[in-house]
Amino acid sequence: MTGDAQATRPTLTGLSVGDPVGTRSIEVDRTRLVRYAGASGDFNPIHWNERFATEVGLPGVIAHGMWTMGAAVELVSAWAGDPGAVVDYQVRFTRPVPVPDPGVAVVEVSGTVGAIDADAGTARVDLTATCDGVRVLGRAQATVRL
Amino acid sequence: MPVNAAYAGREYPPNLAYEVGREKIREFADAVGASHPAHRDPEAARALGYPDVIAPPTFAVVVAQRAESQLIADPEAGIDFTRVVHADERFTHHRPIHAGDRLVTVLHVDSVVERAGLAMVTTRAEIAADDGAPVATVVSTLAIRGAQGA
Repeated sequence: MTGDAQATRPTLTGLSVGDPVGTRSIEVDRTRLVRYAGASGDFNPIHWNERFATEVGLPGVIAHGMWTMGAAVELVSAWAGDPGAVVDYQVRFTRPVPVPDPGVAVVEVSGTVGAIDADAGTARVDLTATCDGVRVLGRAQATVRL
Repeated sequence: MPVNAAYAGREYPPNLAYEVGREKIREFADAVGASHPAHRDPEAARALGYPDVIAPPTFAVVVAQRAESQLIADPEAGIDFTRVVHADERFTHHRPIHAGDRLVTVLHVDSVVERAGLAMVTTRAEIAADDGAPVATVVSTLAIRGAQGA
């Protein structure tokens, strides 16, 4: 399994700016937010309590921005074949991801190679993340050592 | 109460060490949907050259937020958490975090900027191993709405 993953890992010389890295469609429901709250220690009630979220002016419960950031980079980790190869990762949180109950919100993630630094041995993957056609992350960039 | 601009430039003493466990890494990986075996199987992690299972790229937020709470929970800082929106986040990994790490964090308040009823507070958590070697740098900006903007 590990051998296969390594065999398909991208190499710096085989990449060009603009190459697609892939796409993912990620579902998130309220249970997922409670799970992330517990795993991360971020218990802000706007991520699980509808009454609290509406009282502070939100449309309802919204996903942790950090959940969206963490879920989006999985595309890059899988592509690189080694999650430890992600040496830098930054995002801006541009719009919230409202999570309905019942039901799910769907975050669509896609990535392309944005830059290649042969001297540093790294490639930058530019990520796009949308929910209902609205961009929820801005300037989302992951730098990968290859 | 407005955000206290005098906190800009503040550096906190090293906080209590965070001990990274395999099950915490697994729990976090499950929560964000990180599927690589190196998060769960020590042999898979060793095959990639790591001493034990490694954390997903955003796991460092767990460590950083403990340090950030020194600022956020400080009433003198004037950060009303019900008015906070997370504006941006950046992780720079000097090496992957792995199970068995004992991580010590020094929190810096890099800037406090107020404009148009919005206060932007940028913190930097410098995370190091207990031998002092740098592990990760986590930069986070919070936007805090003023009372008049509510």
